[in-house]
Amino acid sequence: MARTILTVDGLTKRFGGLTAVDAAHLTVPEGQITGVIGPNGAGKSTLFDCITGITAPDAGSVRLGETELVGRAPHAIAHAGVGRTFQTPRIFEGMTVRENMAFAAVAQTGESVVGALARPGAVAAEEAETDARVDELLAFLTLDPLATAYAGELSGGQRKLLELGRVLMLDPTVLLLDEPLAGVNPTLGATIVDRLEALRTDGRTIVLIEHDLELVMRLCDTVVVLHHGATLAAGPPSVIRADPQVIDAYLGRMET
Amino acid sequence: MAIVTGWVAFVVTVATIACIYGLLTIGLNLQFGFTGLLNFGHVAFFAAGAYTAAIVSMPPPGTVPGARYMIGLAVPMPAGLLLTLAAATLMGGVLAALIGVSAIRLESHYLAIATFALAGIFYDVLVNERWLTNGTFGMTQVPKPLRATLGADAWALAYLLFAAATLAVVYLLVGRLLEAPFGRVLRGVRESTAAAEMLGKDTDRIKLVAFSLGGAIAGLAGGVYAHYIGSVVTGQFVAGVTFTVWAALLLGGVASHRGAVVGAFILVAFQQSTRFITTAYDAAVAAFPDTLGVVLTALAAPLPGHPAFLPSVRFMIIGLLFILVIRFRPAGVLGDPQEVTVMGSEE
Repeated sequence: MARTILTVDGLTKRFGGLTAVDAAHLTVPEGQITGVIGPNGAGKSTLFDCITGITAPDAGSVRLGETELVGRAPHAIAHAGVGRTFQTPRIFEGMTVRENMAFAAVAQTGESVVGALARPGAVAAEEAETDARVDELLAFLTLDPLATAYAGELSGGQRKLLELGRVLMLDPTVLLLDEPLAGVNPTLGATIVDRLEALRTDGRTIVLIEHDLELVMRLCDTVVVLHHGATLAAGPPSVIRADPQVIDAYLGRMET
Repeated sequence: MAIVTGWVAFVVTVATIACIYGLLTIGLNLQFGFTGLLNFGHVAFFAAGAYTAAIVSMPPPGTVPGARYMIGLAVPMPAGLLLTLAAATLMGGVLAALIGVSAIRLESHYLAIATFALAGIFYDVLVNERWLTNGTFGMTQVPKPLRATLGADAWALAYLLFAAATLAVVYLLVGRLLEAPFGRVLRGVRESTAAAEMLGKDTDRIKLVAFSLGGAIAGLAGGVYAHYIGSVVTGQFVAGVTFTVWAALLLGGVASHRGAVVGAFILVAFQQSTRFITTAYDAAVAAFPDTLGVVLTALAAPLPGHPAFLPSVRFMIIGLLFILVIRFRPAGVLGDPQEVTVMGSEE
């Protein structure tokens, strides 16, 4: 049994009268792919927003290992080891693919005014390191031919890949991917799935929101079903597929 | 000969003012062009720098007849110039940091309104705190370093060189910052604060640094300006200055470091040279009374309010310049369309 790396406990978020996330529970095993499914409006993206600090939850806790994340700023949560992509990729369109990747490099001397002006040697050395890491990741994601293209010129699927690559620059403990395959053509989709599996082989922990149930059942080790903001069921795909509650709330409706 | 001297003196004056506006535009470009911070109160940092330079360098209180102020440190010139400019830079930066701490989290146009209002409040402080600033009468004995030694003409030229050197140093330093990871981070924050946060960047701090740095550069511009004009008066620091700097930035090209300086020079040159429209008109009519003079008089006669209307043609020419730039170079003279089109397209 894999160790639990991320624990969401009793997480609640209300927007006025609407409870978007309702005492949700989630345990993410290390080194596996966990799928979060549920109908539109089930609270999946809000759950990600609460975990990553974009939205402050009203109650509950999120722990990465032993570290409590609730109450921290989003950038601090990213530093703690949670990387996240968005449903609509938020790439920097006015920057090249390479610059997008390099942006995410951590702890850069050249990001401070004093470092950039007074320590050109250290900056150059770090930039060379960043470049090497960017090259490696771009090759891994098959984006290397597009390194110097403006990100604004990329297709939907390439944007998803770039956003994935950018967050990998952080070397995150847990990757939260919000619909990594939405709006991606089948060829690129297959590449993305292949890369996600490769990341798992490398020991990465991934949590993904996805609507393609067949893919979720095939790719994920654990599936969590959200319904009206609450955790309806959680378990291996085979168990979830057979869960009458899940069939009633989600799967059944899909098949009719 | 006198005419040549006159023209040279005019060019020297325009170039010096253009250098000062070049500094202001570099500061605003750092804030808006590279970080996306809509600052509509830039003049406040300029004023903060100018008044600080005046307060640090003016003679002690009581020695200037009719002027009320309390500090007047009388730093000796010319060596003290570096000190007064350092103080001006610092004060511009500190004022920007203070405004930034309260307002930097505001998104786009909310920040624009907040900075505009805070600059207005700062202006009121300059007008009303007479003990410090001598109110609307201003501080009129700001030393012009080496002015007595060099004489008027040589001093004007020397000060132009000094202003140009200051602009060059700031241009190079900021250019180096923008090419470093610092610049990359600013541009990322500009495009998507949310994405930058998700990638571990403390966007509030980054925005505050960029905003303060822009304010510090405007403060330096204020210091250079105060010692050039020799006086600081509240009337010099009205909101129009902010929008002149904006115009220079848009003209040169937002998010283009070179464009900021080029825009400032084009705008100041146009603003100043079009002052002579009436002179040029009169000269043309006088020189060719039977040909060009007839045509010009015929053209000008139907204009409303003629002949007082003529000087206003200046603003029409500046307006025309903007229309031409927006029509043919919407990203500015040196702007990169790829970079400019994405500005403000997110969130």
